[in-house]
Amino acid sequence: MTDADMTEAQVRADVRAYLKANWDPNRSLVDWRKMLAESGWGMPHWPKQWFGRGLPSGMTPIVDEEFEAVGAVGVAKMGIRVLAAATILAHGTDAHKARFLPGILTGEETWCQLFSEPGSGSDLAGAATRADLKDGKWIVNGQKVWTTSAHHAHFGLLLARTDWDAVKHKGLSYFLIDMHQPGIQVHQLAQMNGHASFNQVFLTDAVVEPENQLGELGEGWKVATTTLMNERRGADSARKYEGGSDRPGRIYEEERAEIATVMAPYTWYPQRTGRVDLLIPHAKAKGVYDDPEVRQEVARALTLAKSAEWTARRARAAQALGRPPGPEGSIGKLAASHVARAMNKAHTLIAGADAMLTGADGHMDGVIAEILVSTPAISIAGGTDEIQRNIISERILQMPKENRTDTDRPFRDVPRNQVG
Amino acid sequence: MQFTHSEEQEEFRTALRRFLEAKSPTAEVRRRMATDAGYDEAVWKSLAQDLALTALHIPEAYGGAGFGVTELGIACEEMGRALLCAPFFATTVMAATAILEGGSDDQKRALLPALAAGDRIATLAVAEPGGDWDAANITMTATADGLTGAKSYVLDGMTADLIVVAAKQPDGALGLYLVEGGARGLTRRALASVDPTRKLARLDFDRTPAALLAGDGAAAYEKTLDTALACLAHEMAGGAERLREDALEYVSMRMQFGRSIASFQVTKHKAADMLLEVELAKAAAYSAASAIDDGDADASGVASLAKSAGSDTYIQTAIHAVQMHGGIGFTAENDTQLWFKRAKASEAFLGTATRHRERMLAHWSA
Ligand SMILES: Cc1cc2nc3c(=O)[nH]c(=O)nc-3n(C[C@H](O)[C@H](O)[C@H](O)COP(=O)(O)OP(=O)(O)OC[C@H]3O[C@@H](n4cnc5c(N)ncnc54)[C@H](O)[C@@H]3O)c2cc1C
Repeated sequence: MTDADMTEAQVRADVRAYLKANWDPNRSLVDWRKMLAESGWGMPHWPKQWFGRGLPSGMTPIVDEEFEAVGAVGVAKMGIRVLAAATILAHGTDAHKARFLPGILTGEETWCQLFSEPGSGSDLAGAATRADLKDGKWIVNGQKVWTTSAHHAHFGLLLARTDWDAVKHKGLSYFLIDMHQPGIQVHQLAQMNGHASFNQVFLTDAVVEPENQLGELGEGWKVATTTLMNERRGADSARKYEGGSDRPGRIYEEERAEIATVMAPYTWYPQRTGRVDLLIPHAKAKGVYDDPEVRQEVARALTLAKSAEWTARRARAAQALGRPPGPEGSIGKLAASHVARAMNKAHTLIAGADAMLTGADGHMDGVIAEILVSTPAISIAGGTDEIQRNIISERILQMPKENRTDTDRPFRDVPRNQVG
Repeated sequence: MQFTHSEEQEEFRTALRRFLEAKSPTAEVRRRMATDAGYDEAVWKSLAQDLALTALHIPEAYGGAGFGVTELGIACEEMGRALLCAPFFATTVMAATAILEGGSDDQKRALLPALAAGDRIATLAVAEPGGDWDAANITMTATADGLTGAKSYVLDGMTADLIVVAAKQPDGALGLYLVEGGARGLTRRALASVDPTRKLARLDFDRTPAALLAGDGAAAYEKTLDTALACLAHEMAGGAERLREDALEYVSMRMQFGRSIASFQVTKHKAADMLLEVELAKAAAYSAASAIDDGDADASGVASLAKSAGSDTYIQTAIHAVQMHGGIGFTAENDTQLWFKRAKASEAFLGTATRHRERMLAHWSA
């Protein structure tokens, strides 16, 4: 019998036995996560030779349940590192996997996604940051923007142009770049919700060692597509922000410290989804749960959120059957935008006059106010709603593509934004 | 009913727009919104003395210019467009109107000239914690000792020299009371507002001395609310139009996929829908002002219609405007967010759209 054929009960028994023998909240966080990486229990659906157990992804909730039951901390799973891991697993060499995956799982190394530029966001393949091979090293010049977490990151997933004479999608290459070097300057950018989780990144003669190219030269777009599909697929789950546990024990302390620092950019992420979990509690706390208008709005928002969640589960079930991620991630992402807007509307109705207040004066210690000014991010980040609709109509529905004038000529001849 | 503005009214608008473009560019808005008082003394003086905006709808007998709500509305529309940080809405639209509607001739003579001249800042306190501008739900009751209780979401409540307070009289009828900013037993606390361009406060009264305005408080309050709603509808329409124009300008200069993003049909359709919605909101606001000026029987219904339509349009326009800017629309540095937050706060200010749709139907005369 292979691991892929194991029953739920067997998986449950195995993970229980492992946790019983090894889980100890007084270990150091990194040591424990190293053990999880070695045993494969941190990412049970990853391949056996690469820190996983080769289980179908449908089994991971069972493993998660057992971890939760004993309060065991998992491997580092939040943020851009998830996208880095998925992309490296799909396109990396054995050397890349051996070098980068362990640091991702232990949380010792964090990542950012250097895709968007001032001149190219929706049109990511229009990236104009250049990488030139000089004396055997890639020398990178240009600017990236909206780069979440760049101010904490050790490494970046970099999309850069290596050929200006090729058509736009064929002139890009994908690199894993060390963020801690003199050629990289990071400036935080403040957002409308008061947080500053994304950044401007200036690259001036930044260096990438040749072995840190991911995928073939000129095939950067293909690699980037893997990153994007994973990002969009992830966007549909109202990704829970793990606030950490207040339990005593060295490992929890270290996890709390990690959350307070490298995870800080993500504290508002639950709010940008609209916080479906707070809808009824908010209505009850405000004493308006009996109001027929509020009930209708809450019910409508919940219907949307639930249907979106079931759709996401349906997609994940398909994935568990071994179907590769496809453009259906765009449906989930678009649904998430609808849900977030419906939540904003419902929370606003519930809040009444308190929708005018923020911070400690706002309801639920400002969380409601943060929802009201954070949901607009969801329909922009990771590809806008309009782009998801283009993908759905052109790739899923096979409708005629827009006439394009930017893909039939050398990239250097394509009109683009003049950015300073 | 006046469906369009006269030449003179359009000239007034043009002059005011020029003034506000010079005095309230967004850099200035950002500076003012970061202060506690939330406005610039010199701009306020100039607005009062050079443009006489604070005198606009106050009759000449009380030191005013004798115009109507239509002109007041135009002023609010332009201020909403410029996101002017000033105690105009509180002083002129709310407090002066309340005194005008509820005061005796003597009271008006005593109080209005200072407001018309912009020498004093005033406000109207109605909603209590929980937030309700419906007169029926006011619980604060005056006694022989004065006013006791709390008012919240009070616009410019920290800076007001004079506060008109809606409270029940001992016999249960609604009364409008005058309270001096420095009155005994009055404690004010600034509230953190989602929209920092609009300053809000909570006022706690403890046997605070208060003088009753002479007229029928309930009727005066409804009329004041109508004017405030019509003016808010103008302000929202002005803000929404500015958002719409700025978004259009942005998409017209931005390129993706080797072409202008304005050339995508979906962008054009969105822009067309935004125009449609903003024009409808403007029509509703103008009709509300006109109905009030004409003394129409259904002015209250039209004012509530304009508020509910206006706040729905404003937030929807703001959502579109952020989206059309892409990533930059979500930054603090981009000005779109300033109007987004004003739109968000305006959804609830003076009562939600839901409440006003109910009020509209209650007053509807077919
Ligand atoms: C919170 C947040 C976090 C982010 N984090 C990261 C990150 O970590 N790394 C990273 O690389 N990027 C990140 N981004 C950037 C994000 O991916 C881009 O903002 C997004 O793809 C849009 O690009 P843009 O901002 O250039 O807008 P534009 O592409 O200029 O879009 C402007 C408007 O035009 C519309 N539009 C564009 N093309 C078309 C078309 N073909 N048809 C119809 N409409 C069109 C868009 O939908 C949008 O409404 C983040 C953004 C946000 C808001």
